[in-house]
This record gives sequence, structure tokens and C-alpha cells, in this order.
Amino acid sequence: MNVTFLLNGESVELRDVPATATLLDWLRDTRGLTGTKEGCNEGDCGACTVMVQDEDGARALNACILFLPQLSGKSVRTVEGIAGPEGQLHPVQQAMIDHHGSQCGFCTPGFITSMATAHLNGEEDHATALAGNLCRCTGYAPILRAAEAASSEPVPEWLSDFILAEIPAGGVGGSQPPTGATVQPETAGELARWYAANPDATLIAGATDVGLWVTKQMRDLGPVAFLNRCRELQGIDETEDSVTIGAGVTVARLIPLMDRLHPSLGAMLRRYGSAQVRAAATIGGNIANGSPIGDGPPALIALGATLHLRKGDDRRDIPLENFFIDYGKQDRQPGEFVEAVSFAKSPDRLKCYKLSKRFDQDISAVCGCFHIAVEDGTVTAARIAFGGMAGIPKRAAHVEAALIGQPWSEDTIKAAQGAWAQDFTPLSDMRASAEYRLEAARNMLTRYFMEDRGLETSVKEVRA
Amino acid sequence: MSVSSPLPHDAARLHVTGQARYIDDIPTPKRTLHLAFGLSQIARGRITSMDLGAVRAAPGVVAVLTADDLPFANDVSPSVHDEPLLSDGHVHYIGQPIFLVVADSHGAARRAARRGEIAYEEDTPILTIDEALAADNRFEEGPRIYARGDAAAARAAAPHQIEGMLDLGGQEHFYLEGQAALALPQEGGDMLVHSSTQHPTEIQHKVAEALGVPMHGVRVETRRMGGGFGGKESQGNALAVSCAVAARLTGKPCKMRYDRDDDMVITGKRHDFRITYRAGFDDAGRVLGIEFVQLARCGWAQDLSLPVADRAMLHADNAYWLPDIRIESHRLKTNTQSATAYRGFGGPQGMVGIERVMDHVAHVLDLDPVEVRRRNYYDAPAGGAAPHTPRDISEQKKDNCTPYGQEVEDFELWEMTEALLASSDYAARKKAVAEWNAANPVIKKGLAFSPVKFGISFTLTHLNQAGALVHVYQDGSIHLNHGGTEMGQGLFQKVAQVAARRFGVGLEAVKITATDTAKVPNTSATAASSGSDLNGMAVKAACDTIRGRMAEFLAERHQVTPEDVRFEGGRVQVGAAGMSFAEAAQLCYEGRISLSATGFYKTPKLAWDRIKGEGRPFFYFAYGAALTEVALDTLTGENRILRADILHDAGASLNPALDKGQVEGGYVQGAGWLTCEELVWDDTGRLRTHAPSTYKIPAFSDQPGAFNVALWDGKNREDTIYRSKAVGEPPFMLGISAFLALSDAVAACGSEYPALDAPATPERLLAAVQRLRDGV
Repeated sequence: MNVTFLLNGESVELRDVPATATLLDWLRDTRGLTGTKEGCNEGDCGACTVMVQDEDGARALNACILFLPQLSGKSVRTVEGIAGPEGQLHPVQQAMIDHHGSQCGFCTPGFITSMATAHLNGEEDHATALAGNLCRCTGYAPILRAAEAASSEPVPEWLSDFILAEIPAGGVGGSQPPTGATVQPETAGELARWYAANPDATLIAGATDVGLWVTKQMRDLGPVAFLNRCRELQGIDETEDSVTIGAGVTVARLIPLMDRLHPSLGAMLRRYGSAQVRAAATIGGNIANGSPIGDGPPALIALGATLHLRKGDDRRDIPLENFFIDYGKQDRQPGEFVEAVSFAKSPDRLKCYKLSKRFDQDISAVCGCFHIAVEDGTVTAARIAFGGMAGIPKRAAHVEAALIGQPWSEDTIKAAQGAWAQDFTPLSDMRASAEYRLEAARNMLTRYFMEDRGLETSVKEVRA
Repeated sequence: MSVSSPLPHDAARLHVTGQARYIDDIPTPKRTLHLAFGLSQIARGRITSMDLGAVRAAPGVVAVLTADDLPFANDVSPSVHDEPLLSDGHVHYIGQPIFLVVADSHGAARRAARRGEIAYEEDTPILTIDEALAADNRFEEGPRIYARGDAAAARAAAPHQIEGMLDLGGQEHFYLEGQAALALPQEGGDMLVHSSTQHPTEIQHKVAEALGVPMHGVRVETRRMGGGFGGKESQGNALAVSCAVAARLTGKPCKMRYDRDDDMVITGKRHDFRITYRAGFDDAGRVLGIEFVQLARCGWAQDLSLPVADRAMLHADNAYWLPDIRIESHRLKTNTQSATAYRGFGGPQGMVGIERVMDHVAHVLDLDPVEVRRRNYYDAPAGGAAPHTPRDISEQKKDNCTPYGQEVEDFELWEMTEALLASSDYAARKKAVAEWNAANPVIKKGLAFSPVKFGISFTLTHLNQAGALVHVYQDGSIHLNHGGTEMGQGLFQKVAQVAARRFGVGLEAVKITATDTAKVPNTSATAASSGSDLNGMAVKAACDTIRGRMAEFLAERHQVTPEDVRFEGGRVQVGAAGMSFAEAAQLCYEGRISLSATGFYKTPKLAWDRIKGEGRPFFYFAYGAALTEVALDTLTGENRILRADILHDAGASLNPALDKGQVEGGYVQGAGWLTCEELVWDDTGRLRTHAPSTYKIPAFSDQPGAFNVALWDGKNREDTIYRSKAVGEPPFMLGISAFLALSDAVAACGSEYPALDAPATPERLLAAVQRLRDGV
């Protein structure tokens, strides 16, 4: 496939690019731009971070799990392109020197690109912007000082003067009819027809999961469709009483929506992967890959979401929870794909609790999402769903039953104790033991109750 | 001037612009080949057959090597020749290299390496400390024992006794740059190796053995590492040797870098330990008799395990005078990665043991843990400030010696503790924490203090030497080289600051150059925090030799004495005459004065018998003190470090900015070891946490909410380079205070002592909370 994009302001046209060539390998091995580093090759360390810009703005992405076709029509800036044309340092570069933010220096290019992106976007929540960049030397304190110092400096002209028109329109290949084993459909209909005809193909949206199939499992993917140019799948349709989210909507774009509708989910999504991952990962991918430890599905199940599936021109809607049949098995026909997910608006009673060894950028050991309606002191409705507690994202049906119709009280929660083991028999693995998972899940209900009573129970809110 | 200036890292500008070059960034000749290992999939057994046909047939594969193909030594051990590069038919852990793929790309080598068909006759692996003890599977003939007095009797006679057990997990180094090497064949069979290593001389040595050539046939160069932390002291041998051997066999340059998962599966990590203690103490909390048993899980090969376990014993006292003590150390052999050097080198494990005891004693007596610590401190040196809590004068104190008989002559902690408690507002915060805990059922706070006394010097005495090579060119620019390696710690800059000061020139006159075995031979690893102590002194010696020659020549020319020649401010003052340093260099050159010199240094005063456990293994001690406050969620065990206050002793710092960086980074890394960083092996011996997706080092938001770090304003009492102190490892152990603070928060949930194991993951913390709440 042919791909055209801007690299550090210069137009690049690539012919016959293998579908699964990563930007990182291409930068380092082909282009000789070795500033961008490989630290883990799975999107968890941020050493390969690059800045990618398009009509939606600038974002930091992990180049190690970014396939070249995903870049068509975009502008890429590597660490080599952060300083000015005459070698003038960007304010974040100068601040990192002044505040001793680099020691071994290997993670530094990734930090610089993340920091420059956040700086460009005016983001000042440095902990959120930089959670996806690991540093083993500094303990981060000097990097925080550098980020704070640079934040008051203006965006340098060589970055602020970015002109969208310079991005090659359409991307070579993108505007051509899909042929061969790799396609990049522009419409959902185009995708639907192609996928129905190529049901064994792999659909790639953000590549935050599929990327690892290539870099770690070294799988040959066969026919591939890249969904990133399919704008139809990237819409958020909000009406008075419902919200429909296209499968291609990134987690990053969900955050402002959820901050408004269900702030606890908005807060949890800020801990979903890292800035780099959230800017790539889509809600459709998070659902369709069927992982039992994805953080999107439990929250959406708790909201009573409906999944919209499509095969060719046939569409069907199912409750999201029914999509997950068993570990590795979903209610999805060959050639059928997730088009959207929707949920009805409701008064916000949703709380999402993500539990992991590390607070940021860690896969949940347990993710518990509670949506409990209480009227006049009695539980009138409860939808409780968990990730990490079974082979699929799963509702706590017995616990819900033990709550509904009961007084909203400590006694009711105690009485529901036994129901947990009926709902879940979790696994022990490197993230947590079965016992811990079950105990923590139970305690999350206690937390929900206490928070409902106005008690502060989050360590994040405590200060020395 | 340049020494003690808070200058940035010498490569800071290269770091932030992406121009700093690491091994994988070095431009390579077109036909460079790439390597990958095929790894064992069982933990213990014998290879019965190996079918590598599919590997050889894989796209891009040039050659596949097994042990039989190696021309000379099949060994990459840094110690006792027990570590074959490629399996000799026996398999000792999951991840052991069995065959080596040579291919035309990194990806091709990795893909092919998975295609090996290997059949094994499996044995039951010995994986855990318990299993190794039961099988008496160990290094050395039996436990090593260091003792003073009669610990058992003193303990039994004491008014109070405690005993306990503590499990301490290992730790993955997680240097951001994985292991890497590049070998370039030279004419006449010589080999040039670029290696990401803390120990170029060892790489040279092992490569020479593998190629069957004298060491002069191998040159090793290391400009920088993307982090080391001990993980590149011996673990780079396998890659460098593989590259050299493959380069010799193919005649082409060969490069090898581990994919992150391979790196974590193949290479050694920090030793995990189990420490049991039995202590007797008086009503004031003074420990009278104490017995430690340290069980170290060393993995399959000896590597550096003996000196690591020795150092754990040597830090079992930490900052405390323990009159009657017995330390028994078992070095257990298991079918897991061969545990290796990691920042602190056993010291942290030994230190956590006694810090646990101090907290346990304070808990039993319901005393302030800081006060208990002070009552057990070594005495301040004569002439220094008197102890702030004088010992009972009726008590006859025997000496101020460590259990191994080294007198503690430089104990800084009395004053440092006092200063830290004041600056951190300890008393008020302790009260506030207690009040918070009384009022809050879910979130508990914890506050803990821990001191550090860390011995500086290699315990293998002959390693305490260093060399340097300095040239002054006729334009006055200076070429600097020494045996130390740069892994991010800022060694090159600190040593350059020394050189600039000796010649009285600006730092821009000094060119820092890559470590190179052809320039400075027979170097020790950059390890044991010794880098600037050793190499700074060697560089000073070289500079002073040249300076002496220059002064003598210029003095004679101007009819003054050499003492009247001064080097400062970029100028050379010769009596009444003055000239720029460049002019002076030009004159000396024209006067046929040698402007190149080597320098050498060996640490004085050392004498150590590691079998008896007696003598002076350390030139001096470095000190530190930390106070950490945490918040713990007792519903899930989630926690945050709210605030950390640190006072650290870097002597008269060569560069306060770089030293502060070591302190901040060391603390966070130490806290990570004891909190979120958990290595998990399954029942077959397979490491399940082999990537950052499953092994969690501290992330950005894990830094303390408030972080107050200061350097102690003192200078080394021993004659080190500008009276500075080593700073690489000691601050790592300040992180122990975070672990103790979590324990303190758990203690607020009941009346028993929490007896928390490490790493204190949310899961372990919740279990500890429940134990206390259930009163078990």
C-alpha cells in the first residue's frame, strides 16, 4: 500500500508499504532517525513517542505500535523535529536541561515529544500527560519541574505555524478503490462490503492491541483493513435521551463526554492506558477484542449499553453484555463488525473503580462499575459489572438481585456478601489472586455506599 | 568553579534533541547481521534432541549456532566459569539461551529463533527458597556466618524478645535501553566491540576467551548506557560474546539487542531474600542480642551472588551498634534467572531486615520508632556533636565497631536525623497522622523514618583501583578518558569537572570521551557507587602529572619556582607573567614537554577477610535519612506516597544537581522495589511478569506528592576526591521508609505488628489490613 505523510515538515511518499511495518522500525532502520527509541515495543514505556497532527489536533502516539498506513494524510514530528530549524531548543527541551530532567537519556526523546505535545495543546495536568512515559533514573521529580517551568513559555513558531494544508490530501492509496490484501476504507459501507467478502481479515483501528500481535507474537495478519480513515465510525451522536458512540471513537475523545455525563467514568478513562494509548485506542476495539480485562465494557454494561453490529448491509442490536459469551468467544459472525455502541441517558449514579498494582497505565486486576438507583432509601435498580473477575466482562447478577428492593443500608450490603461468590469465581494470575479479587470487589460496593453517604474514600484526594 | 557546580549532565542537550547515541543507534555497515537466542522452555533438564531445520530455513537466516559451533570458551560467567553462553546440553532455567540465530535483520532473527524444536528430559525444578533449602541446593559449602559475641545468650537474657520473618521480592532493573552489543571485525582477526556495559574490561576478557585471542586482540568501547543499575555489570557478556563469535565466523559485523521480553526472561535481577530475625532488647528499646538468617535466592549460576550476599550481611547492622549479633547467610541455587548485581548489591536487603526489627521493637514497647533508632545508633565520631540521647552511663560500651570489626569513624546520622526531623516537622505530623487515623475508617495514614549507612568500596579489595588517560593538545584543549562508564549517573561530567579544575580551565576545554579498553586497561566495573571516587582520583593524578611538567617547564623559562605557577581562570600565571592556558600548552609543546599522562588510584586503608568476616572492607560510609508519609486505602490496599523528606550525605558534592538527581531517583526506585514492582514466577518456573505491561515500575504520578530533598552540608572525613562521597547506591535505601510507612498505616488497623512482606502490593496490604482487623 502507498502512504503519504509529513515527517518533520517534509513530505514523505512511500510505495508498497507492508501493512504491518511500524513507524518506529521505519524511522530507525530505513530513515536513520534514531532519536526515537525502542524501550518495550509494546506501547507501555513511551520511549518511542512521536507527535502526530491532523485536522483533529496534535496528540502523542507510540511509534512502536503504529503502522505506517495509519499515518496517511497526517503530520509526524519526531524528537528530531521538536527543535527549531536553526537548532533553537523548544522550551520543554531547554527546561529539561535546566532542571536536570535527563540522566541516562534513553527515555528523554519520548518525554520531549509527549511534553511538547501537551505544551502545544495547553495541557497542564502533567501527571496525566506523562503517565505513559517511563523513566527509571530520575524518579520524575525533575521532569515535573521542567514541565511546570516550560508551561508558561509560548509555543514556538515552528510548531504553532503548523498548517493543515501542507498535509498531503487523501493520502495516496486512501482515495483509490480498495484492492489487494490491505485496504483503508473511507466509509462504513465500503468496509462492510469488503469485510463481508474477507471475513478472515483483521480490522485495525488504533492498533494498541493488534500492534502487539505483530511486534510480540510476530504473527502474519493476512488481509488487513485500517479503519482510521473511516470518519463515519468516528462520530458521537448525542440526543436528549441517548448517546451513540461510533466504534472508531478513541478513548481520549470519550473523556470530555463522560466528564459531563458520568464523571466517575471520565476519571477512570484518564487511567485507561496512557495519553499515547488513549489517543489511538478505540471503544470499538476495546469491545470487539473480547478481552475480559478491558475497562470500557464493564462501565458500558453498567450503563445498560446496546451494541450495534453490522455485516454487509445487515445490522443488529444486542445488549452489550450478551456480546461476551465466553473467554475468547463473542457473539459476532464472520464478517460482522462493531459499528457503534449506545446507551440511554440516565441520572448519574455510575461509579467506576479500577484496581491495579500501579495507579496509572496498568491493566486492571479488577474493574468494578456500579450503577445503583435509590429512591426513598430503597434500591430500585442496580446494574453492576466487572472486568477481571471472569473470562468475560460480567454482571454481578446475584449481587444486583440481593440489592434491588432492599433498603440502601450497610445491612443490605452485608446481606449481599454471599452473592459475590455466586456471581464470580475469579482466576489467580500475576496481577492478583482470586481471593483478593473477590474481596476487593466486595469492598468496592462498600466504597460505593460510603461515597454515597459523602465519605471520602479515595487515596488520590488525600494530602500530607 | 567547576567542581561543586550544579552543571547539567554533559549530554543533556544531546538527550533532549535525540542525538545521544546508544548501541542500537550507531550507524552500521550495510551487511551487518543481527542475532537472537533460542531459549529454553523448561526450567530444569537435559536436551535429548534439537531440530533446528526450521530455524535454518527461516527467511533471512544466515547461520544457526549451538554450543558445538563455538570455537573456544563457551562461558560468559563473571566469576566461576559456570555459565555457558549456549546450553551444554543441560538446562537450568526457562529462558536459558540454547542456540544462536544469525540473520539479516533483527526481526528475522527473532522470528526464526522461535522455530526451534527441542526435546527435553525434564527434571523437577527447584524454584523457591524452601525447595532449595530442602534440597540443600546452594553455592558455597554451607552458610556463611559472621558473628560477634554470643547473640543467642544475649537475646535470651534480654528483658524482651521478638522474632519474625520477612520476604523481600527481587527487582527487575528495567533500564530503558535493553542489553545491546555490536561487534565489528578488524584486520588480523582483531575485534572491536561496542557494548552497553558497566564493565568494558570484563567484556574484553570474555570476548578474548571466546575468540581464543589475547586481550590485546579485543577493544571494547562504551560511550553511554541507557541505564544500568547493576544490570549491565555482567549481563551484557552473552550479547557481546555472541556478536564477536558470530562476527568471527561470518566475517561480518554483528549486532544483538534483546527485545524487552527476552531481556526480562533471560537476564538476572535483584536477589529475593527471606530474612528471619530473633532479637532481645531492653525496656528502652536497645537491642542487646540479635540473630539474623538471610536466605538469598541466587538462581542457577553463581554470577556475583557471593559478594551480593556478603554485602547483605555487612548491612545487617545498618546504622546501629548491635553488641551481640549473629548473621547466617545461605546462598541458594534455584532453576531461575541467575540473580545479579542491582543498585545496593545486597545492602538493601540486609538493611530492610534491621529496619524491620527497629519498627517491631518500637511497636512492642509502644515507643517512637525514631527514638528507638536513635537509642541504637552508633556514636558520633570524637570531636563531633555528642549523641543527642546519651546512653545510660552505667552501661559499658565496648566499642563503636560494626559486627565485622570496622570502627565507625564518620557517623553523621545524629545531626542529620535531628535536622531532618526539624525540617520535616516530624513531631507535629506524627500527631496529625494519629488524629487522622482516629477519625478516618477507610483511609489510613502512615509515617516512617529510616536512616541509611552504606559502606563504600568493593568488598573484593583488588577491584578498588582505577586508571585515567589525559592528553593536553597544543591548542589547550583537553582529551579526557578513564575507566568509568556513563549510565546516566553523570560520572563523566563530575570527572570532567575535576579535570577542568586541575587545569583551571572552563569545562568547554575538556572533551569527554567514550570508555575504551585501548586507552585505559584493566578497569573495574562502574559499580559499588565507586565511579567518581576512583576515576576522579585517577584523573586528578593524570592531570597533576601534566600540570607538574608544564609548571616545571614554564617556571624555568620565567626563572620562578614551579610553586609560583598557577592554573586558574583559563590562564596560567607564571610569576609576574600570564598567558592563556592555550598559549601555555603551545609553549610546552614547542619546548618538547610531554602533554599526555596516565593516572592511577587505589583506595587506601582496606583490609578484609570475607571468610572470617573481619576487617575493614569499606573506606568510609555514606549516610542518608528519609521520612515518608503515605495514605492507604483499607478497602483495596491502594496507596500513595503523600510526602517524602530526605537529607542525604554526598560529602562535599562534586555536582549537587547530579547528586540530587541520584537521591530523588534512588528513592523512587527503592520505593518501587518494596511496593509496586512484583516479579511473579509460575509453578513451572516461568516468569510471568516479563514486560512493562505486567511488571510495574513507578510511573510519573507515583513520585511523592511533596518531595523535599536536600544534601547534607558536610564533607568526607576521608581523603576522597575533593572530599566528596559516593552517591549511586546509598539513596536507593531511603525508599525503605516508604515501605515502613505503609506498614505504619496498616498498624493503624489493629494492635498486632503488621509483619508486611515486600513488595507491598495492594493485595499484600489488604491482606495485612485484614489480618490486623481480624486480630489474627
